[in-house]
Amino acid sequence: MATLNVLIIVSLLYVVLLFTVAFAADRAALHGRGAWLRSPWVYTLSLSIYCTAWTFYGAVGYAARSGLEYLTIYLGPTLVMIGWWWMLRKMVRIGRSQRITSIADLISSRYGKSNLLAVFVTLLAVIGTTPYIALQLQSVTLSFAAFAEADPDAGVLNSPYTALWVALGLALFTILFGTRNLDANERHHGVVMAIALEAVVKLFALLAVGVFVVWGLAGGIDETFARIDASEIARWDVPGSRWVGLTLLSAAAFLCLPRMFQVLVVENEDESHLRTASWAFPAYLMLMSLFVVPIAAIGLDLMPKGSNPDLFVLTLPLQEGREGLAILSFLGGFSSATSMVIVAAIALSTMLSNHVVMPIWLRMTGNMAVMSGDVRQVALLARRLSIAGVVLLGYVYLQLSSGGAALAAIGLVSFAGVAQLLPAMLGGIFWRGATRSGAMTGLLVGFAIWLYALFLPSFGASVIISQDVMDHGPAGIGWLRPRALFGAEGMDPLVHAVMWSMVLNTFSFILVSVLTFPKPLERLQGAQFVNVFQHSATTGSWTGGLAQSEDLLLMSQRILGPTEAQAFFTNAAAHQGLSGYLPEPSPDFLQQLERELSGSVGGATAHAMISQIVGGATVSVQDLMAVADETAQIMEYSSQLETKSQELARTARQLRVANKKLTQISDQKDTFLSQISHELRTPMTSIRAFSEILRDSDGISEADTSRYSSIIHDEAVRLTRLLDDLLDLSVLENGQVVLNTEKGSLSALLERSISAAGGEKGTLDIRNIQPEKDIVVTTDLDRLAQVFINLITNARKYCDAKEPVLTITSSRNGGDVVIDFIDNGSGIPADMHAVVFEKFSRISHSRVGGAGLGLAICSEIMTRLGGHVGVVPAQEGTAFRVTLPDSATTSGAKTIA
Amino acid sequence: MSWEKKTVFLERRAYRQRRFADGARMLPLFGAALFFIPLLWSLADDKVTLTSYVMSFVFVAWVGLIIISAFVSSKLPKDMPDAASPKDE
Repeated sequence: MATLNVLIIVSLLYVVLLFTVAFAADRAALHGRGAWLRSPWVYTLSLSIYCTAWTFYGAVGYAARSGLEYLTIYLGPTLVMIGWWWMLRKMVRIGRSQRITSIADLISSRYGKSNLLAVFVTLLAVIGTTPYIALQLQSVTLSFAAFAEADPDAGVLNSPYTALWVALGLALFTILFGTRNLDANERHHGVVMAIALEAVVKLFALLAVGVFVVWGLAGGIDETFARIDASEIARWDVPGSRWVGLTLLSAAAFLCLPRMFQVLVVENEDESHLRTASWAFPAYLMLMSLFVVPIAAIGLDLMPKGSNPDLFVLTLPLQEGREGLAILSFLGGFSSATSMVIVAAIALSTMLSNHVVMPIWLRMTGNMAVMSGDVRQVALLARRLSIAGVVLLGYVYLQLSSGGAALAAIGLVSFAGVAQLLPAMLGGIFWRGATRSGAMTGLLVGFAIWLYALFLPSFGASVIISQDVMDHGPAGIGWLRPRALFGAEGMDPLVHAVMWSMVLNTFSFILVSVLTFPKPLERLQGAQFVNVFQHSATTGSWTGGLAQSEDLLLMSQRILGPTEAQAFFTNAAAHQGLSGYLPEPSPDFLQQLERELSGSVGGATAHAMISQIVGGATVSVQDLMAVADETAQIMEYSSQLETKSQELARTARQLRVANKKLTQISDQKDTFLSQISHELRTPMTSIRAFSEILRDSDGISEADTSRYSSIIHDEAVRLTRLLDDLLDLSVLENGQVVLNTEKGSLSALLERSISAAGGEKGTLDIRNIQPEKDIVVTTDLDRLAQVFINLITNARKYCDAKEPVLTITSSRNGGDVVIDFIDNGSGIPADMHAVVFEKFSRISHSRVGGAGLGLAICSEIMTRLGGHVGVVPAQEGTAFRVTLPDSATTSGAKTIA
Repeated sequence: MSWEKKTVFLERRAYRQRRFADGARMLPLFGAALFFIPLLWSLADDKVTLTSYVMSFVFVAWVGLIIISAFVSSKLPKDMPDAASPKDE
């Protein structure tokens, strides 16, 4: 029977198929065809790399040993997937907006693009993943050996070399399709398509074996249940701590495993794919684990004692003579192993080349990065060598560990190792206060405990850690025993190590984060990550003053390739409104460029490369000072604005007052015009009428003639007086008046004025109160008398008291002479105080006539005399005060010369 | 910080979407509680819980979760600005 030969042929054909599919998918993507490549189903299937050979073969072995405990490995990821809205959505958004290339890149970018952190995460990932790759190679070897055992004439094939051949083939495939383009952030359509196909194959294979076992061997569902109940694993006795602990551990590992991060975040085409994957992937996991217990139970029943339960999936069909099914099963296991190795190698090589090889190369060449060497080729070469290195490292590990049972247990140990990344990652995404030092400390503490309590003891007693240390602790310190830290005895070793490493990791991460202060770039990135849904666009800005666009183009061409780089630069230039290849090195452009480059060489390296050319960190002290300066300027400007607006408010208030006054004056002018025309018209009418009588009538008596003539004369005098007033005012206003200054007694002047004003003796009672010592004034006495007369006449005209009294008081106030004219009438309303001295102003329309020029003339005269006339408010009646300045007065008994 | 003013109340459809988002966030906790239920059965020493029984329960719960998740995910908004801004309801 040539089973082994058939198997080899089928396997080779399968490999050819995988290469073809990958090649076709890459071509289709290159030509813009194949929208189906970007379907959420392909994305969901690509997540299936979570189910490695450890799942395919190992789950049955696990179930055969520990019953249902294997389910925890799938329940954890199920919980993560159905909680996608909370966690994965944010990770994917950050991954896309920051062009994250790996989990090391995510953590380093978040904590200020720290390369030290990236190197550490890479190291952790390599240590955690290498045994896992070894496990995959071992599974292929073992399954191959199982076939060889069943085939009597299979002496030619030397099984130790199977693993080597598989490793070489995988490295070749990964290099071919995984490093086709440098931009790690671009989708590897070929690889993704191939692993999607493998996902279908392994699910189909496992389901086929399951169906065969349940309906073919056991004879139905009820019989299967009966067989399970009768088997060694019939009792549900999983310890609670392991059930809960492993579920949480697998959930954490699902998020942190480098290969899972690769397919979940980096290869994600569209955020909405998560929507489908959120239920479809749990369904996939559920189907994968559905037949595990039946296969284990029936395998335990049917297979001879001592056979490896890890291979029941393969050996059961073989023993039952179903070679076709066995070959299918082999292909399923092969698929599981290869897809894991491929993606893990891509993820690790990206990390290694971006965070280890490239920084070292950049440092070695120094500023030469700008001037010489093809960075693109170097980066690609670094990545290819890394892939080969990672796969071969797995092979070497397999050879060294000699494929013992220790390897089988490595799955969970590896999970616990990468889970150490969880606090730093979760903290980075949800807590702005997380700092680089905190993340570094947490990782170091967690890693150290994992190493000491789980990883090193996993090699077996006395291999690395001596039995003495295991039993009594280092130097006899009991509470440092690797399996009973701090005296926690009797716990399951795995749960024990996971608990202590995670608790202390998280605790030190939070503690150090709280105590330290982040650098500016960390704070910027922290805000970017935590608030990714608010602003998916911007990061810290470059100050591009010194940057040379030409140097940048030179460098970008080496990384992105000439065509892409030139297209990118031309676009940017066009966006800035420039023609040609070279845009201004504006902060926006530099930021875009950095992001573009980080897709190829990782965030930290891209950052370092641009700073080599631009010559400055993204946030320098100068930047911050400039920002602070701007703020100060803005604050000053705003205070200036405030002052200005207050000024404006004041001016507006003044303008409003002025406007009110103007309106009043305008009203008064209108009133005056009608008044003046009336005043002029009345005498003119009389003059005209009487002169016509005199001219036209015959036989008018002498007396009548005389009477009419005198009326005409009187009216003419009135007119003349009015016109005199107007003329007087206009002369005064134009400053054309000539003052005739002389000395005189104030009391004499007042007496003269009273008698002049009291021409027609009225009812007004004038009380002239003068000081004992006479005041001598030096001024234009006639003009001053005119003012007095005017004021007295006003009182006579407008005082509305029944027995009108005008009190005139003279006094000295400091150097000034003050003469008050106070009557007992109703006074002038307060709102008229401002306009009463204006021309044509009349307080009341109904009262005794007058052109409203008197007070205006008074005011003008007093201004000419260097004095002032004003209304004194709050007196019993109308009160005018005439003030004469000192220079115009002299005390003494001198009389008019 | 957002400069635009956020509305405090939402119209019916957006409100419903928010509640589905809340539900989506609670779903993993609900699932975890569901999956940990079988631990309660093994508390009593004298009673033997069968693997097949627990297996049936876990798989039925699993399928139920998948169905709920598919339903809730289909109802979630296409583009919601922030997962963690419960201020504007």
